[in-house]
Amino acid sequence: MIKIQQLFKTYRIGDIEVRALRGVDCYIGKGELVAIMGPSGSGKSTLMNILGCLDQPTSGTYHLDGIEVSGLSDDELAAVRNRKIGFVFQTFNLLPRTTALDNVELPLIYAGASNRRRKAVEALERVGLGERLHHKPNELSGGQQQRVAIARALVVEPSIILADEPTGNLDTHSSEEIMDIFQTLNREQGITVVFVTHEHDIGQHTKRIIHIRDGRIVSDEPVAEQIIARDVLAGLSPEEDWGKVNGMAVGRGVTQP
Amino acid sequence: MKTWESLRIALRALSANKLRSSLTMLGMIIGVAAVITLVSVGRGAQNQVTQQIASLGTNLLFVTPGSTQEGGVRTAQGSAQTLTLEDAQAIAAPGAVPGVVAVAPELRFFGQIVAGGQNVNSALVGVTADYAQVRNYQVADGDFISTQQVDSHSSVAVLGASVAQQLFADTSPVGQEIKVNRVTLRVIGVLQAKGSQASGNQDDLVLVPITTMQNRLMAQRTARGGRTVSTINVQVDNQKDIDAAIQGIGDLLRERHRVSQDDFTIRSQEDMQQAFQQVTGIFTLLLGSIAGISLVVGGIGIMNIMLVSVTERTREIGIRKAVGARRRDILMQFLIESLVVALVGGGIGILTGMGLSRVVSGIQFSNQTIRTAVSLDAILLAFLVSGAIGVFFGIYPATRAARLNPIDALRYE
Repeated sequence: MIKIQQLFKTYRIGDIEVRALRGVDCYIGKGELVAIMGPSGSGKSTLMNILGCLDQPTSGTYHLDGIEVSGLSDDELAAVRNRKIGFVFQTFNLLPRTTALDNVELPLIYAGASNRRRKAVEALERVGLGERLHHKPNELSGGQQQRVAIARALVVEPSIILADEPTGNLDTHSSEEIMDIFQTLNREQGITVVFVTHEHDIGQHTKRIIHIRDGRIVSDEPVAEQIIARDVLAGLSPEEDWGKVNGMAVGRGVTQP
Repeated sequence: MKTWESLRIALRALSANKLRSSLTMLGMIIGVAAVITLVSVGRGAQNQVTQQIASLGTNLLFVTPGSTQEGGVRTAQGSAQTLTLEDAQAIAAPGAVPGVVAVAPELRFFGQIVAGGQNVNSALVGVTADYAQVRNYQVADGDFISTQQVDSHSSVAVLGASVAQQLFADTSPVGQEIKVNRVTLRVIGVLQAKGSQASGNQDDLVLVPITTMQNRLMAQRTARGGRTVSTINVQVDNQKDIDAAIQGIGDLLRERHRVSQDDFTIRSQEDMQQAFQQVTGIFTLLLGSIAGISLVVGGIGIMNIMLVSVTERTREIGIRKAVGARRRDILMQFLIESLVVALVGGGIGILTGMGLSRVVSGIQFSNQTIRTAVSLDAILLAFLVSGAIGVFFGIYPATRAARLNPIDALRYE
């Protein structure tokens, strides 16, 4: 699935050389649910951007689905991002003044896909936003915006979903909802999910945690006791569950078997 | 991605910023409208000149005297008195020059014409009976000069429309008397007006028999004894015979004058047309280029706004790239945006220009009435130029947008 070898990334900011990655080796298999953790400046976001084909490494190799990505041109990378990767950002990065449906359709437009509307509606239903198709980002809560972003990542049926601090801007409840969606996608559809976080308990939702510090992997361990987001959500008091108060089926589209 | 998808995205972006889009278009509208209007003024002038020259008659040749050279001194073109009535008769002789259907010599000078208490300075033209036909004059009232009157040196005159109006106002001049150089002439007819145009007034003249002119109003003889004329108007039966006729008349006159070097000039109506077309063409070009400057300014306005737009929407570009937009997709999006601004602005500009040239048409400007002519080629050109401006001034901002690195674009702010 993902195989990186001796990955280096060096930035130049003015005269200062920032060595963000200093020889990272890693393998992530199909169907894994992995968290990459580390303090600020550890290089975890840099690694994520390279994994997401948004950035190119200075040296080293990166194989995604057997394709050597580090040698690809701009447009070839765009095609990889479009077809193989769904990327979820901390700040959502939805197009402003554009409906949820149009936001989710965006990757399909660039893919030249057919039946775009239907696919986009389906993706939004999968994240429990079937009732919010025509809302614009500023009419949605943070959790809902992030779910639109996940729907946008899902819509092209990617082989991997990458998320950079997906719960960084969300409250506990919304965070658990997002984790629930990731866990369900991973469990029921076997989608590989890799995300970066610096919150310990969010990391515990995965099966494997990779710790990064100063541009190197310092530990790579399985999670002993995985937190199941749905159980946490069930334990939250109904008053806190604004989603249900508003009559929404939070994440039910994917959580109900 | 299909082009119409880019178009949809571009239209959405433009409508999201209506005020800015319309102000940008305004630059194009003003530029294109100015080009259309000013070129239509130039074209109108060109048409007027063309019509005027056409109104002289059809398939005409004008034979005029050349310059003389005595010793080392060469005088001005047309100042020689080498053309005579006999030359005209020789050209008119049946079979002398192929293609010639009518010959109308004239002798022209300016004089003071007096009638009752009124007097006017006008062109006095001595003519023969064929003059009206050759130069395409119609008689509005009375008769034209007859061959008999020419032969008998009659003291008669036919007035041009504006002279008649000035001397006799609204009463009929036919049968009245006028005086030229103390010679009394009886008015036998009035010409129909041809209208005043850019290269002179064709109604400001008094026609008299050419013999009367030569013998009684101004007596001039050439060294060779013939009576001089100032121009011989020759009508040729059709366009194809013009070159042959020029050749024939030239040969005939060279033989008659026994000169090796031409002492006359033959110009065709076409030559005159071309000369005037050239002048008015330069005029049109000048007006067009002045207006073109504002078109370029409008184009720079588009580029300016597109650059701002690219900077402002860096994050949007980053998002689009992150979800798989290729360079070409982003390039097309912004290029189409500027193309739409330019073409819509250009289209509105064309309509505005057409409206303006209608308003301008009919305005009096130093004795001349401005006539405008909006031509299809100017409209097509304006539209194409608008499109070219859209592409040219859009390509730099669009390329800048397309080259953005997705991660830098996403981090922007």
